[in-house]
Order: sequence, then C-alpha cells, then structure tokens
Amino acid sequence: MDWNYIIYKIILITAIMTVSLLVAMYSTYFERKFAAWFQDRLGPNRAGPFGLMQPLADGLKLLFKEEFMPNTANRFLFIMGPMLAMFVALLTSAVIPWGSSLNIGGKEYALQVADINIGILYIVAVTSVGVYGIMLGGWASNNKYSLLGAIRAASQMISYELAMGLAILAIVMMSDSLSLNEIISQQKGINWNIWYQPVGFLIFMICALAECNRAPFDLPECETELVGGFHTEYSSMKLGFFLFAEYINMFISSAVISALFFGGYHFPFEDSLGLSQNWMAIIGVVVFFMKISFFGFLFMWIRWTLPRFRYDQLMRLGWTWLIPIAIFNILITGVVLMINN
Amino acid sequence: MNKLTNKSKLVSDKQMTLSEKLYLPAIFKGMIITFSHLFKKKVTIQYPEQTKEFAEIYRGKHVLKRDDEGRERCTACGLCALACPAEAITMIAAERKKGEEHLYREEKYAATYEINMLRCIFCGLCEEACPKEAIFLTKEIVPSSFERQDFIYGKDKLVESVDNRIDVSKRQTAEVLEFKKNKNFKHNK
Repeated sequence: MDWNYIIYKIILITAIMTVSLLVAMYSTYFERKFAAWFQDRLGPNRAGPFGLMQPLADGLKLLFKEEFMPNTANRFLFIMGPMLAMFVALLTSAVIPWGSSLNIGGKEYALQVADINIGILYIVAVTSVGVYGIMLGGWASNNKYSLLGAIRAASQMISYELAMGLAILAIVMMSDSLSLNEIISQQKGINWNIWYQPVGFLIFMICALAECNRAPFDLPECETELVGGFHTEYSSMKLGFFLFAEYINMFISSAVISALFFGGYHFPFEDSLGLSQNWMAIIGVVVFFMKISFFGFLFMWIRWTLPRFRYDQLMRLGWTWLIPIAIFNILITGVVLMINN
Repeated sequence: MNKLTNKSKLVSDKQMTLSEKLYLPAIFKGMIITFSHLFKKKVTIQYPEQTKEFAEIYRGKHVLKRDDEGRERCTACGLCALACPAEAITMIAAERKKGEEHLYREEKYAATYEINMLRCIFCGLCEEACPKEAIFLTKEIVPSSFERQDFIYGKDKLVESVDNRIDVSKRQTAEVLEFKKNKNFKHNK
C-alpha cells in the first residue's frame, strides 16, 4: 500500500460521489423538463439561463424548510430511513467500472473503485438493502399511508429482485464471471450482450423500473392513493434525501443496464481508431455516460407515458410472467451454451 | 335506433389477443406518441412577459355607457337586474331634477347602481336585456382584492368617464342591434 494508491482511490471516490450527486441533482431538472416537453409545456425556465439553477433552488428550499417530525414517530428509525436510503444508493457506485484504465507514469489506474470478482452480486445484494430505508422510514412514521407504502415497497422489491436476479444469471452464464469488469471486457466493440439476451434485457429493464420505484411501478409513493406513500410524514432535507436517493438509484441502474447489456464503456470501431490508451479511456467514460444518459431518458420517457400499475397487476406481472420467462431464458441460454461447447 | 352522436361505439367483450395481452406493442405505440410531443409547439404563455390575447368580444368588467353628449344612458328600468341569473345587480332609481339634463339622458336615472362582482358570472344577459344600450361588458378584468366589500362595484367604478370613452363597438355588432329590435322579446316591445 503506497501513498500513490491511497490518493488515487480517494480522488476517484470523491469524483464518483460528486458526479453521482450532481447527476442526481440535474436528473430532477431534466425530469421536470422532459415531463414538461412530453406535455407540450416549457418546464422550469426562470432560475438562471434555461432554468439551470432550478436544482440549486430546490435544494436550498428543502434545506430551509421546517424540519417536522410527528410526535408518535420512532425518532431513531425515522431519521435512519432517509440516511439508509441515501447511503445504500451511493454504495452501489463503488463496483461499476466507469472506464478502462488510465496509464500515468507507467502505472495502471483503473477507473473503478473496487474491482471485486463478485461485482454484480454485490450490486444485487446492496440494492436489496435499499428497501430497508423505505421500510424503516414508512414504518417509523406511524402513519397508515406510510406503512402501506412501505409494505408495498417491500413486497414489490422482493418480487422483482427474483426476476432481476434470474435475468442477470443468464448474463453471468454467458460471460462465465460475476465481475462487472470481466462482463464488460467481453463486450468489446459492438459485441454487446443485448444481441444475445434481448429477453433478458427486457426483464431486467422492467425489474430495474420496479426496483427504483419509478413509474409505472411507483406504488410505494403513489400520490393518488397514499398521499405520498412512505415519505408522507417527511419534510425538509429528510424528504430531499429520499427523493435524491431515488434519482441516484436511477443513475446507478442506468449504469448497470449499460454495463450488462450495452457494453459499458465499449463502443463500435474502437480498435480502428488507433488512439493511445489514455484517450481511449477518456472517450470510453464519455461513451458510458452517453449510454447512461440515454437510459435515464428512457426511464423518464416511460414514466411520462405509462399509467401506474394496480397492485395485483404488479404482483401478477412479477410472479406469473417475468419469473417464468426469466427461467425459460436461462434454460435456453444453457442449452445454447452446451451446444456451442 | 338513431345515434345521438357520431362518437358512439359498439361495446364488445372480445378476448384480448396474445399481442394485446403482452401490452408491449401498445407500450411502444404510446411511447412514440409521447416522443412526438417533444417536438410539438409548446402551449405555455410566459405570463408576465406575454399575455394571452383576449377575444374582441371578451366578457369582462361591466361599463355603464354615456351617450354622445356625455349623459348617462341608464334609466334604472331594472331589466338588467331582472335578467341577471346571479342576482348581482341592484339599483335605486331617482328622478331627474331641473338643471340635470346634461347629466342624465332621460327623466329617470339610477342614483345608485351596484354590481357584486363576486356573484356576477359574466354571462352578458344584462347587456342583452338593456333596452337603452347602457350596460356593456368589456375586455377589462376585475382585479383581485382582499376584502369582499371591494367587489361591490358602484357607479364610481362602472360609469365610463366623459374623456375616456370605452369602445364597445365589437360587442355592439349588427346582429346585436338587430336582436335589440326583435319584437319577440319582451323588453323590446
């Protein structure tokens, strides 16, 4: 362990944290912009040029709002909820390879905080902890709507994690590795997994929507039935943390989708460019962020197109459609792999 | 049986086909529709900078007209109050004294004339009822206020000033004039 290594890791971690928070901040701006455009409106355009200062204004507003806590709430867990949601949302970014490696002074610096060999398993594990933030927050509020939202969140997460895990399993079978780095490096050029696993992608995409509590699966918060769902009793920055965590989750799941199915930082004709390693890494990062932006847009696009599922429809889709299809997908993948070997 | 509208449709309880049950084609279709809206013209009017253009015959705040010589046209006949479905108009009539001929056109005039703007629904029936073409609705909007009392508009706010006449010619079209001559209506007799 030399100092160089520690400093490089600290810089990388700070950069990734800052970028995640910034992206989450501006996701709220773009969410509102796209929502407006999809509805033939203009969206926020008063704060700064094109309304670009809007996220700052929103954040400041949340900070200065009254911190309200119901007197029947469990104080510790009430505060714990948003903290956990935020913490877990930020935790997943550690294993995502944002680019290939930089070569500075003959040393390799990978653009990934922790290249653990079970990267994708880690992500699945951590995101499933994410539901605790929502559950604790909803339960500790001591409000029936919050509790209903929390229960919905819990059962939704559990149901969709299964199909999600099964969709990932097919990818893992194909690439023979759980390491995200390894999975991405096998998708060089345009040899992306989406060409081999379109059904897996579809299942994963649907499950990612459900895991992020995004429309059309935003039942835990659905305003029309449950006031605000699990965050009904939250105000000020605690509410902000919940909302922020949702956008960070969206960012991370876009990154995971791009990494698993769309080749991560790889792009077509990358070998024929003949650029140096460092330039390739930088372009790779840009390409990766372009892919992430596209999926972020897709998330918003879906949200402003589809109406919310009913709760029984959600459960039926998860258990009687997605899981059987995912298992079938694994079966076919296995058979094809066996024939090819 | 005759259809009431051409929008009516036969209802059927046919089973959904497989592609319909998958919902995916419908979802893609919906997403294409929403995507096309990204490039459509925005309907927003950016208020303080832009204002919505009112129709020439907009029905806003009322005005009590004067005639060409600056005399009040209203004779306090009460037909407007009678026509008003919201019962927003009240008035007290008075007799014209000697020496007031330059103020009021006929022997009778409205000493007080009040419209409660909170009750008024801006239907324009008062205008239709008026046989003297004294009351008209204008393009002006009734401003907001904190007090209910402020919404009871008296003659001070309703009667147009002699120097600053309000143009109501757009609401006084040939059709309106023709309508006022129609003897089928009680007030024109």
